[in-house]
Amino acid sequence: MHDLAAHAVHHGPPTSFIRKYVFSLDHKVIGKQYYALALVAALCGMVLSWMMRIHLAWNSAAIPGLQLLSKTGAPGGVMTPEYYLQLMTMHGTIMVFFVLTTAPFAAFGNFFLPIQVGAEDMPFPRFNMMSFWVTFAGFLVLMSSFTLSDGPTLGGWTQYAPLNAVGSIAGPGQGLGVVLWAASIALFCVGQLLGSLNFIPTTLDLRVKGMSLMRLPLSAWAWFITSCMGLTAFAVLMPACILVILDHVAGTSFFVPSGLVVSDQLVPHSGGSTLLWQHLFWFFGHPEVYIAIVPGIGIVSHVLITNMRKPMLSQRVLIYCMGALAVLSYMVYGHHMFVSGMNPISALAFSFPTLVITIPATITVLIWTFSLYGSKLRINSASLFALGFISMFVSGGVSGFFLAQPSVDIPLHATYFVVGHFHMVMGVAAMFGIFAATYFWAPKMFGRMMNETLGRAHFWLSFVGTYCIFMPFHYLGMAGNVRRYSSFVDDFLQPLIPVHRFITVAALLTGAAQLIFVYNLIHSRFWGEPAPDNPWEATSLEWSTATPPPWDNFGGKLPVVYHDPYQYGVQSSVGDYVMQASPEQVKTEHDEK
Amino acid sequence: MATTVHEPPQIDPRRLRDQGHSGNGGWGKFVPTDGDLHVALDHSPPPSSSAIYVVLFAITMMFAAFTSALIVRKGSSLDWRTFTLPSILYFNTLLLLASSVTLEVARRRIATFMGGLKSQVESPARWLYVTLFLGLLFVAGQYAAWSQLRAEGLYLATNPSSSFFYVLTVTHALHVLGGLGGLIYVIRKLSKSVLHRNQLVATARYWHFMGILWLYLLLLLWMKI
Amino acid sequence: MAKFFAVTIIVIAILSAIPILRHTWAMPEDISTHGYLIDEQMSETMAEAGIAFLAAQFLLAIFVWKFSNPRPDAKIKNFPGGAKALVVAAFLVVGIEVLALGVFGVKAWASVYLTPPSANAMPIQVQAGQFAFYFRYPGPDGTFGPLHPELINESTQNFFGLDLDHDADSKDDIVTAEMAIPVNKEIHLLMHSKDLGHSFYVRELRVQQDFVPGLDVSLHFTATKIGRYEIVCTQLCGLGHYNMKAYLEVMSQQDFDDWLKKEAAMQ
Repeated sequence: MHDLAAHAVHHGPPTSFIRKYVFSLDHKVIGKQYYALALVAALCGMVLSWMMRIHLAWNSAAIPGLQLLSKTGAPGGVMTPEYYLQLMTMHGTIMVFFVLTTAPFAAFGNFFLPIQVGAEDMPFPRFNMMSFWVTFAGFLVLMSSFTLSDGPTLGGWTQYAPLNAVGSIAGPGQGLGVVLWAASIALFCVGQLLGSLNFIPTTLDLRVKGMSLMRLPLSAWAWFITSCMGLTAFAVLMPACILVILDHVAGTSFFVPSGLVVSDQLVPHSGGSTLLWQHLFWFFGHPEVYIAIVPGIGIVSHVLITNMRKPMLSQRVLIYCMGALAVLSYMVYGHHMFVSGMNPISALAFSFPTLVITIPATITVLIWTFSLYGSKLRINSASLFALGFISMFVSGGVSGFFLAQPSVDIPLHATYFVVGHFHMVMGVAAMFGIFAATYFWAPKMFGRMMNETLGRAHFWLSFVGTYCIFMPFHYLGMAGNVRRYSSFVDDFLQPLIPVHRFITVAALLTGAAQLIFVYNLIHSRFWGEPAPDNPWEATSLEWSTATPPPWDNFGGKLPVVYHDPYQYGVQSSVGDYVMQASPEQVKTEHDEK
Repeated sequence: MATTVHEPPQIDPRRLRDQGHSGNGGWGKFVPTDGDLHVALDHSPPPSSSAIYVVLFAITMMFAAFTSALIVRKGSSLDWRTFTLPSILYFNTLLLLASSVTLEVARRRIATFMGGLKSQVESPARWLYVTLFLGLLFVAGQYAAWSQLRAEGLYLATNPSSSFFYVLTVTHALHVLGGLGGLIYVIRKLSKSVLHRNQLVATARYWHFMGILWLYLLLLLWMKI
Repeated sequence: MAKFFAVTIIVIAILSAIPILRHTWAMPEDISTHGYLIDEQMSETMAEAGIAFLAAQFLLAIFVWKFSNPRPDAKIKNFPGGAKALVVAAFLVVGIEVLALGVFGVKAWASVYLTPPSANAMPIQVQAGQFAFYFRYPGPDGTFGPLHPELINESTQNFFGLDLDHDADSKDDIVTAEMAIPVNKEIHLLMHSKDLGHSFYVRELRVQQDFVPGLDVSLHFTATKIGRYEIVCTQLCGLGHYNMKAYLEVMSQQDFDDWLKKEAAMQ
């Protein structure tokens, strides 16, 4: 425990416009910048998904305006098969990296982790600023591939070898498009590593007096665990991207074996291993999806507790579960490779930890659900999305149960079953975590309440809508609907096209509903009701400070922590809760055991 | 700061411990006896001590990824051609190890200096400059090794063995350059007497890690290439 | 609103379960000798996952219904047993479940991947390339001639890159665009990729395996029902991926012999 009470922040309050809003050293501004990036990226990714869904449902339809994005990719607005794959690749890459890693972790984590531990800022504000701008540069590099004459890469966000390395003879976008993709992801990795460089020391070294590790809110624990995962995962993806760039521009053969004939040309590379890419990628890729969900687990716990007016049945167990998910996530990655040609014994070796990871996931859901028992649940936009998260996490999780077994994976691999599984956990549950966080923390971040009616409308349309979109994916998968197809021409796929049309309509409607959220966000930012310091009667340190927090978070007077993070259900002078920084000693039966 | 004049305290620099975040990087308790109050009135909080481990861990993971790529690539095909490592690499190794030694010498002198025994240490940054110089020599020596390989016709794409040689040694050299940047930063801070002990410790740990990492890479290259 | 939430979850859960229970979009009929093991695993998993899914959603709904909008003087209480009971239950129930599934699933996996093909399995080579599958039968000499990628020529239909002038073994090889096999005969499928990653997927056979460029993998299976089935590519290989397919014809032994003779004559 360290006493930093006497220290001033090592950067003074910003004075110039550039320092205040552009190249800011303030973690709160950096968090908001990340949020803005994630919002823009999410809108791009969503529009891309609309294009994809329309094409799948009405294959020869002209999408008005699409030819403006690419004349060759969509002549007259009718999408070519390659353009479908290119849009699909960009959709996946943008969503996984620039939305699902950026918003729950980089955006909210940057804004709230220092405050929740009681610090005035992260320990390395300059690196923190760099982390945002490097990530943003990565986004620009990725988007720039839309401007290439043959378009962005079409290899999927997973970019398997040797398609990713043989060059443009394999198809449009496979030349410079892949290089730009790899460069953008390498930049993203650097940005996130700089983020971990700040998150981890913040949690370990900058906790204010009285803030033991066990007194950290669950969201802080989630960000800490996620940043540890990121450290390992991103540090492996970056070298893989470097190697694939070298295969493209330097004539090396890390991933391309000899004897390949692509488009009637003998490929000059030789000796490389295509499976090597898969191993490197998935060693990163599986922890990555936990990086996408663990912050949501922490945030949802945090939001739920405040709205249940009671702590979880065990804070400690939830922390251990998040830690177990993080550790196990490195042992399971081969479950993406069961039929890849990998040694079939390894398949069994990867399958067991994948099945075992069900246990901490189940415990987490059980703790959430059974903590609701005996609670005084408040329903608002934030808590609705938190509850929706639980429902979605269950739905998405149970389909993982199938895919964890190599034998069951044989008919389900590369079908819409997989696509349904990961969209439910990532595309919906993780997004719901982001929404819950937004509705919960917007008052603190922007000083304004969001409109509750619009928030609830947003929830209902999204909750029902996303079930309508993604539940049918599982049925399609079981019927053998192969994924990453731009059209459904096979005989056995014809009867499934009406299902796709239903899904597309649901997707367009649900997408439109997200505009309610965007409107609410922007409108409230400027014209929302001014928010009090603690609108939710919450206990953690972010609610002890002003709304919005001053530049040094606590106005020069660091708090002292007297309590566990979730003292609810007590009788105190302020109500049924005691804030962490309040010296008031209150009798409670709910101390952390 | 008190200005009472009294007998200079007999301070054993080896007893200077990291006192955590208690102000002025742990040197604050010592009275400057030569009247120079210029020492360390920095108000910024001490840097985190765990951050350097975060950095070193990330670098370790990156080289672990390259190592596994090398092992898999070597085993995946019959086209791997070994070659003799340029002998200058061994000389470069000695340079790098020597620079770690000089860095440790520098640290002790600086600790003495910042501890208030300024009079006993005339040029505290001298051994840092020596370290810097040795580091630069190392990078230059690596460049010489690459030139030698190119002269032998071994380029980046010539053979997977040469590919990995360049990838590993260039990546390491780039990180060494980063370490040199850190040394320059420390020298600058020292010259303004605002160096935190933690900053020097972190830089030293990074630098020594570059040496350990290099020994590992040398062993890997020697065994596999 | 809380009650509406609870009702909605229950409705969604039930609606989601209905297509499964009614087999609306079921897996196609299994025509392989090993597929029943996979199907059994699938059914067991579906039962367990289905129960877990329904139970979790129902519990969530019930608790939200009961414990929201409380009276202001209501006291909070904890679920009896607390976290410990839940952890123990999770370890026991889920632990046993996953262990059982894992252990029993080994048999299904082993039947495909850990048992070697029998000695009299019929070898057929399949080559995947952008965007077609081609098949090669070894002919009367029983051996496949070597492949020479530099000789691959689509216009002369030398899909495999065979050197008929210099390789004796290649002379009687039969190259086809369709894969015909005799029913109830074990096939040893040798998988070769011409250019990139592809995958071989026949739903009815319960078979899916990636081609690995640079590494020739193999598969073995036995089809039990005569018919025409689709072989589709399931690994993203470029713009024509959606259209990369071939037909598998399972025939009687007699029909197969006739077919093979016809194909040999057309080489």
